[in-house]
Amino acid sequence: MRHLLTTKGLDSDTAITLLDVAEDMADVADREIRKLPTLRGKTVVNLFFEDSTRTRISFEAAAKRLSADVINFSAKGSSVSKGESLKDTAQTLAAIGADGVVIRHPASGAPQVLADSGWIDAGIINAGDGTHEHPTQALLDAFTIRRRLHGKASRGKDLDGVTVTIVGDILHSRVARSNVWLLAGLGADVTLVAPPTLVPADTSGWPARVEFDLDAAVDTQPDVVMMLRIQAERMHGSFFPNSREYSRRWGLDDARFARLGTDSIVMHPGPMNRGLEISSMAADSQQSTVREQVANGVSVRMAALYLLLSGDREGTK
Amino acid sequence: MARTVLAQADIDRALTRISHEILESNRGPDDLVILGIPTRGVVLAQRIAASIRRIEPNGAAVAVGSLDVTMYRDDLSRTTTRTPSPTHVPGSIDGRTVVLVDDVLYSGRTIRAALDALGDHGRPKIVRLAVLVDRGHRELPIRADFVGKNLPSAATERINVHLAETDGDEFVSIETMSTDGGVGA
Repeated sequence: MRHLLTTKGLDSDTAITLLDVAEDMADVADREIRKLPTLRGKTVVNLFFEDSTRTRISFEAAAKRLSADVINFSAKGSSVSKGESLKDTAQTLAAIGADGVVIRHPASGAPQVLADSGWIDAGIINAGDGTHEHPTQALLDAFTIRRRLHGKASRGKDLDGVTVTIVGDILHSRVARSNVWLLAGLGADVTLVAPPTLVPADTSGWPARVEFDLDAAVDTQPDVVMMLRIQAERMHGSFFPNSREYSRRWGLDDARFARLGTDSIVMHPGPMNRGLEISSMAADSQQSTVREQVANGVSVRMAALYLLLSGDREGTK
Repeated sequence: MARTVLAQADIDRALTRISHEILESNRGPDDLVILGIPTRGVVLAQRIAASIRRIEPNGAAVAVGSLDVTMYRDDLSRTTTRTPSPTHVPGSIDGRTVVLVDDVLYSGRTIRAALDALGDHGRPKIVRLAVLVDRGHRELPIRADFVGKNLPSAATERINVHLAETDGDEFVSIETMSTDGGVGA
C-alpha cells in the first residue's frame, strides 16, 4: 500500500489484511512491553490544518508504539497562518525527511493533492479531509464491529450480512462516507437515517439506503447503530429548527435505546454530544463500543502505518 | 530437481528424539514453554508438545504457543511488506525455559528477531532453539540446541519443508535453483 486516502476503491482483501494486521497490533497492548521496533528510524509527521486532539493523539500513540519519530505540526501558530501554501509546507516536510504524513485538512481532496503532487515522496494517510473521507475511522469502526461479532476468531472475516444503521448528519460527515464505502465493500447492509436537510443531494451512487424515520429503523433491530456527532462548527445554515427537536426525532434516547435488541451494538466516533444525538444510558451501556473504538483506533492506525511505511518504498507503485 | 531427504516417518522420528532431548536437558516438563515461529514452526512446536505429553506422566505441564517475528526483522525496509502472523504466548514466560522451534535454520536472522521479540514478552530463565533442519550458512553467532537433521547445502540450493497441517503432504526436500533464480531442471 502506497497511501491510504479513501475507503472508496479499497478492495475488501486489502481491507481485511489491514484489519488482520490490526489484530496483531492489538495483541501488543496486552504485553509487558507495549512497543515494537518496526518503524525505528522512520519519521511520521502529523500535519493538522484542523483541530483534532483525539485523532492526533491516536496517530501519535500508534506511531510511537511502532518506534517511529513523531513530529506534530498544527496550522495554528505555524507558517501556514503566515500564508504558506500546501506545496511549500510539503516541500519543507520532504526536506526534513518525513517518511509518512498524516494529514487532516478542511478542504476535501487535500490529501489526494499531496499524494499526486510529487512535492513529497512520503506515504500519505488521510486523517479527515473536509466533508470527503476519514478512512482510518471507518477501518476502526469495521474492526470494532468484527471484534464484537467474532471475538478472538475475527481474523480473515468480512462483515457479510451485518446490518448497519448510520444516523445523523450525513451531509457533513466524512465518517459516514468512509463507512458507507468500507462497510458495504466488506459485505454489510448499510442504511442511512437523517433529516432530509442533512442528506446529500444525490446519494444514488452510494451502496446504501436512505431513510428519514429513526423509529422505523430502530424497529428493524439492526446489528449496529452508529450515531454521528452533530457538527455545530459546520452548520452554517438552518438544517433543523433546534437541537431539542433534532434530539426528539433523530437522537438515540433512552426509549429508542430500550427498543433496540440487547444484541445491537451502539457506536459513536466521538466526541459525543450527550443528550443531543445519544443519551447517557445508551453511551454508557454494555452495548456501547465508544471506548473500544478509541482503543481500537490505535491498533488500526498502527496497522496502516506499518503497511505504508515498511517494505521497500522505492519498489512501490 | 528436488531430492527428498526426510520422509514423513523420518520427520516423526526426529521430532520424537528432539522431544526426548528437550525433556532430558530440562529434567522434565516443568516450566517448559514451547514457542513455534510461524508458519511451520508453530506446527512443529505443537507436535513436540503433544509428544512430550505422551512421553511424560506430568507432561500436561508443558505450555505451547507461537511467536511471530515479522515486526522485529532487520530487512523490513529491504523487501516487500510482510503480513504478520498471530502471536500467542501462553501465560508468563518469566523465569521459565523457552524452546523456540523453527523449520529451517539458515542465516540465523529469524532467530535474532525472535530473541528480540521474546525480550518484549518477559525474561525467560533459559532460551533454547530446536529446528527440524540446519542447513548452515549462518550470518550471526547463533546455533541450535536440538537439530532434526544437519543438511549441508549450497546457497544456490533450496530447502522445502512440507508438513501435513500446512501443505497437505509431508517431506523435506533439497532443490537446485538455476542461476536466474528459477528452479533448475
